[in-house]
Amino acid sequence: MSQQKSQKKPVLEVKDLRVYYETPKGDVLAVDGISFDLYQGETLGLVGESGSGKSTAAMGILQLTVPPGRIAGGQVSLDGQSLLDLPEDKLREYRWVQLALIPQGAMNSLNPTMKVSDQIRDVILAHEGAKAKNGLKERVLELLSTVGLPGRVYDLYPHELSGGMKQRACIAMAIALNPTVIVADEATSALDVVVQRVVAQTMLKVKEKLGVSMIMIGHDMGLMAQMVDRIAVMYAGKIVEIAPVRDMFADPKHPYSELLIDSVPSLKERKPLKITEGITHDPRNPPPGCIFQLRCPFVMDVCRKDAPPMQEVKPDQFVACHLYQANEDGSFIDVRDVVRNT
Amino acid sequence: MSEMLLEIRNASKIYKQRAAGGVSRDVIALQDFNLSIPKSPASIITIAGESGSGKTTLAQLVLGFTHLSSGQIIFDGQDISNADAHQMKDYRHQVQAVFQDPFGVYNPFYRVEHVFSTVISNFKLANSQASRRSLIETALNIVGLHGDDVLRKYPHQLSGGQRQRIMMARAYMISPKLIVADEPVSMVDASLRASILDVMIRLKEEIGISFLYITHDLSTAYQIGDQIYILYQGTIAEKGNTIKVIDEPKHPYVQLLVDSVPVPDPDVKWVGEINLPSDEEMRMSVNSGCRFYPRCPARMDRCLTAQPPLYKIDEVDHDASCYLYDQNEIAVVKNNP
Amino acid sequence: MATAQTTENGPASAAVHTAKQMGRFNRWDTPWLNTKLLLGIGIIASILLFGILGNLFWDTKLALTGKSPLNLPPVGITTTLGGTLTGTWAHPLGTESSGRDMLALIIVGAPNSFLIGIIAATVGMGLGIFLGFTSGFVGGRTDDIIRLLSDVAITIPALLVLIVIQSLLRQVEIATIALLISLFAWPTPTRLIRAQVLTMRESGYVQLAKLSGASTFSIMFREIMPNLIPYLFASFIGNATGAILAAVGLETLGLGPQRIPTLGGTIYFSIQGAALLRNMWWWWGIPTLLLAVMFVGLLLINLGFDEIANPRLRQSSQ
Repeated sequence: MSQQKSQKKPVLEVKDLRVYYETPKGDVLAVDGISFDLYQGETLGLVGESGSGKSTAAMGILQLTVPPGRIAGGQVSLDGQSLLDLPEDKLREYRWVQLALIPQGAMNSLNPTMKVSDQIRDVILAHEGAKAKNGLKERVLELLSTVGLPGRVYDLYPHELSGGMKQRACIAMAIALNPTVIVADEATSALDVVVQRVVAQTMLKVKEKLGVSMIMIGHDMGLMAQMVDRIAVMYAGKIVEIAPVRDMFADPKHPYSELLIDSVPSLKERKPLKITEGITHDPRNPPPGCIFQLRCPFVMDVCRKDAPPMQEVKPDQFVACHLYQANEDGSFIDVRDVVRNT
Repeated sequence: MSEMLLEIRNASKIYKQRAAGGVSRDVIALQDFNLSIPKSPASIITIAGESGSGKTTLAQLVLGFTHLSSGQIIFDGQDISNADAHQMKDYRHQVQAVFQDPFGVYNPFYRVEHVFSTVISNFKLANSQASRRSLIETALNIVGLHGDDVLRKYPHQLSGGQRQRIMMARAYMISPKLIVADEPVSMVDASLRASILDVMIRLKEEIGISFLYITHDLSTAYQIGDQIYILYQGTIAEKGNTIKVIDEPKHPYVQLLVDSVPVPDPDVKWVGEINLPSDEEMRMSVNSGCRFYPRCPARMDRCLTAQPPLYKIDEVDHDASCYLYDQNEIAVVKNNP
Repeated sequence: MATAQTTENGPASAAVHTAKQMGRFNRWDTPWLNTKLLLGIGIIASILLFGILGNLFWDTKLALTGKSPLNLPPVGITTTLGGTLTGTWAHPLGTESSGRDMLALIIVGAPNSFLIGIIAATVGMGLGIFLGFTSGFVGGRTDDIIRLLSDVAITIPALLVLIVIQSLLRQVEIATIALLISLFAWPTPTRLIRAQVLTMRESGYVQLAKLSGASTFSIMFREIMPNLIPYLFASFIGNATGAILAAVGLETLGLGPQRIPTLGGTIYFSIQGAALLRNMWWWWGIPTLLLAVMFVGLLLINLGFDEIANPRLRQSSQ
């Protein structure tokens, strides 16, 4: 499934990606056929609860899946070049140069025995070779200032920086080689509220300045609302809805998207808590038909037999749900409206 | 007999550290902290703060895992700092806890029922196999679980949400008067948090157990807390009725905090950029003056002189420690606009 | 309305079936059935069985001097140095210059060398557990003292001191050597266990136990001790290997028990008896080979335990 957008070309195309984990009792279908496009300069949010497969998907896209996980099918293309059948040495040219990663707890992946600036220099030199030595210091200083770190950080070790500063140093490393796509996997999860805001605002600034495209993975819908242009909602290995962020919050189509938005505890008014459960089915043995049937308050018979296809129910808003039936003229009706009106 | 379940008076906790070169750099985790929890009605008192605020230290102190440098912690009329072993055991019967990490609290060697059997034997809660079994079952049912499903399992076979609910069941089973919940949902998946917070509310309303809910998440505090204390670097920045404090924050730090929580509405974005001050600036008021001075947009010279005391914002249940709310100061400003 | 029904047909169920088939694992794939571990245990077990049951099929009295013809080569081989001698089936592995039968020697000697190592490791571990536990749990002054002692003890060159002591004591038994070796076997387990106890002391479940009113004693034995068992096991194997090596070293230098046949002792006598010059390769060769096999077995057990404890190492072998 690809979205036809005449004015923008996708920099990253993911088609029917499957990533499975081997376990003694059968394969866990962690990512079971997801497709989306990432357009130049946009931030796509990939949101879902624990077990949805969002991190697994990110690792799959970056070709960083390790055993017992494996890529079981699908296609990932960056700027038209398919990544899944590239040999390891060619892949290395893409990683970091074209596709960078800001992992969760990135601050713990900084080498404590090296200065921060040396680690950034290493990244640059490793991929661009010795010719990058000229003007390297200026380049690193500029990177630091882009992420809002003062110049004196150049001489500091990771333990001398605060959590937020370390995370921003990791962002500097990710943008060092001007990648086309950055994947941020829960990049602000471990931070305090105010620091999270600073780091998030830094990421927005960086994106604007460099025009880089970003995939933001997370579970905090509030943060998503602040950071992304489009949101893709994942449940148990499948994408159930993709929509521009305003449409998603104003008018979520999939019952699970509604659930996610509803469960964000509000800071504006006290309401009774919305109690939900996690993923209820065994990930090795998903139910036939719609993946969400066991938790859906609107489940119908057809949901238990056929998996719903992804349909564009409104311009640019795609949802996989049997509640939306197509009319002849191409518009869609919501089955619940029909029931309500009869 | 006092009507206060828990009273903390002028509590301070200082960790002495000797940095390289012999220069002593003490860490003031908590300074002149005051708190009171009434015996009734049962309430959820939220302690909110970011890392370094002192909230974890407070939990450790109330649970008796560490001792105050100065001040008192008085539970049901008795100062717990000079409690002997027997009194401590009594205290443990009345004050229990649920911790942040739903995995680390389980000994991986034993099945889940181990956490129940230890308390039953130590606190002598049951005297026969049958009553033991029914006690555990009742506790599990309160949190929406069944003994047959979980007791014989090993901790890694259950989800984080289930493990945390079992911890709640264990705490409930001891029939304490106060449960210290130290970030009980921050390591639990977002979709399962509501079920655990709901258990807390039910235990408060139906059983009458008070909670000291320690968190960094203002949203959940807003949803379930009755009273709130917002800490900043060991001092109380603002305290009072939860809804009042969060709807109308007065302390500049609390205003910043409330502002920085991301709103799930794409049209309500953060306004303005924050710049975190440098380390030297942060150290300016560490030993005297208001802790928030380096970052405060409304700072005055007076703020460097001493840590401001709590001023009443209005007559009802809302205090902030900021010189802006000193009546004299307000009078001065009013007269010289 | 929301009852979950299973449907047996449809494309989705076909996918499920394939997923099941793809699970190539079955109940036999538990981490404990590690190839290296099993191989190692197999080797050691066979050597031990060989030694323990050996006297059922072979006359072990032949290990005493003068019971057999001298200098016989193994069966089927003829030597010509100093007269022609041909091996016979009566002494399939040959004999040495004092008339001791080689087969009998290794039947008796192998378990003996092994025994010294096990006794030394056990005593050393026992001491290590006690000291390490106390040190880690009690802390303070006690910890400082024990730590100082173990740090110093580790730096003492064990073999050197053992050689000196042994040469002063003329007659030694197995137990004596074992105890002497164990004097040097305790510092490493002590430090290892202390480190583990320190980590576990800070764990969530110890905090919870305190909160549940558990006594210090109860925490030590009911909470921490059970989790130490895998480390104790692995450490024991390492210790035993080291102790056997030390024992063999001493025996080879002639400082082992003289009255009792041991593998190392046999090698010692072979050097004394100029076996190299006399081309009596079976005299030193067979015990050496057996020792090599024993150490390979111990090494495999060690590696196997490592892989069990650290799942990341498992991929390479399975």
